[in-house]
Amino acid sequence: MQLARQTALILLRSARPWYRSPIAVFVGLSGPLIYLVLFGPLLKSSLGGDSWQWFVPGMLMQLTVFGAAYAGFSLTPELRNGVMERLWVAPVSRTALLLGRVLSDVAQLILQGVLLLVVAVLFGFHTSLAAMGLALALVAVLGAGLSSASYALALWIREENRFAPLLSMLLLPLMLLSGVLLPMESAPGWLHTLSRINPLTYVVNALRAITTQRYAADETLIGLAVTIGLGVACAFWGLRAMAREQT
Amino acid sequence: MIKVRGLAKTFKARRTAVPAVRGVDIDVAEGEMVGFLGPNGAGKSTTLRMLATLLRPTAGEAVIAGCDLLSDPGGVRLRIGYVGQGNGAGTGQRVREELVIQARLYGLRPAAALLRVDELLARYELEALADRMVGTLSGGQRRRLDIVMGVLHKPGLVFLDEPSTALDPQSRNNLWQHIRSLRDEHGCTIFLTTHYLDEVDALCERILIIDDGRIISEGTPDGLKAGISGDLVTLATIDPPAAAAAAARIPDVQNVTLDGPHLRFRVPGGDAVVPELMRALESYGNNVLSVQIQRPTLDDVFLTLTGRSLREADAAPVPS
Repeated sequence: MQLARQTALILLRSARPWYRSPIAVFVGLSGPLIYLVLFGPLLKSSLGGDSWQWFVPGMLMQLTVFGAAYAGFSLTPELRNGVMERLWVAPVSRTALLLGRVLSDVAQLILQGVLLLVVAVLFGFHTSLAAMGLALALVAVLGAGLSSASYALALWIREENRFAPLLSMLLLPLMLLSGVLLPMESAPGWLHTLSRINPLTYVVNALRAITTQRYAADETLIGLAVTIGLGVACAFWGLRAMAREQT
Repeated sequence: MIKVRGLAKTFKARRTAVPAVRGVDIDVAEGEMVGFLGPNGAGKSTTLRMLATLLRPTAGEAVIAGCDLLSDPGGVRLRIGYVGQGNGAGTGQRVREELVIQARLYGLRPAAALLRVDELLARYELEALADRMVGTLSGGQRRRLDIVMGVLHKPGLVFLDEPSTALDPQSRNNLWQHIRSLRDEHGCTIFLTTHYLDEVDALCERILIIDDGRIISEGTPDGLKAGISGDLVTLATIDPPAAAAAAARIPDVQNVTLDGPHLRFRVPGGDAVVPELMRALESYGNNVLSVQIQRPTLDDVFLTLTGRSLREADAAPVPS
């Protein structure tokens, strides 16, 4: 009860800046939207008819991964000035301090995800409402995990100018290897193997299966398991980092 | 309010142990205003951060506001207010909203939180800024906001870490008044770190001096100053050598020096000694032209205790 109350307060505090100035929501959305509009049509000519069904789930994951991975940037200034110190001295559960922020990130992500899917449908992507809901739920779990991990990294690194290059170094290969831009099936053997090691590959495959309403397919179940496993592991990492002594 | 025994903290940096605090004992009674003075890197903030539950001590024990620091940090957190060196309010938040969230994190119900926040906004001259973004406030306003955040839940004990650093003189005086009223009108016990001597003089009835992780002296500001070297008296007279001879006969007078028309010496309680000396000199026709009595500063105290002035100690490299 106490935890829920404190989490709700931290969630409110974290969400206020972005729901007050929704520009941030659209800036985060702009990357995947630009790919959708300026790159998507190229795929239609090279991959053929079903390219939207294949491409849109990848953009949903790109939105999630980039949005959540940069969540830690909201924490670094609050670590540097005294905000986090003030909150750590307050009788507040460390779990609430992390969970409130993560839930705010997930709420923003879902809002962006809905907007992305609406635009995609206008471009010719078709799926059911149930499938969209399930896909957004999967994306929410992934986003919660990655934003926890981002906070753990931010607590460890603490400086934006070291945090940003580290993130782009990690994210670019992860995104390319997951096969969001082009199918990995046409990759040379070593590249294909690398993409099989990348957990995000399984997530995007599950999203593609879900949006084509193949709910019981192996891809769906494996992707679900990978996403939940990754989410839980990252959540533990984030919680440990938030509860650690801050020297 | 505070009872600390053998509190120590050793940081590990690249496999070497760096002792920051080497075992301190601190006792603070309810309603006291105590200053913790020392150069940068002496262990002031580390000690304070341990007392405020932010750092786990490597040794020692402490009871803070009636709760054991090691076994009941949650109880300590509920009962203390802590105003750190930085600014506690988020720059992207509105003043009142940030305060209401803080009050509710301490368990106040929504209506009570709002009431308490508005009461403090008025008392700290921030009510006109209630709906402004924190980031648009001036340094002095943000510092007052930090204090409000620290006392929203009416703690009996308030820790302040270098409260007036980087403030202009006017804002400092204003802040000092607010800190004094916390004790005088609301009965708070105040424990503050500083390395400003005028801040100690303005706010503290008792000071602890820390250097290199150990408390090297303790007492009232006046007691510490008097115990060291006495007041510096500067007298200009029409016959300086005769005045010097007269001054030298006064008990406890030290360091008598002549510098042109100026006679200088140190004596404890100079404000009582000087009128007597002046009467004696004038009765011999040795008219006094000017007189100046300088109380020893805590900088003098620190210099006598450590062989370094506070400013030199600050300039020395801080062990990281």
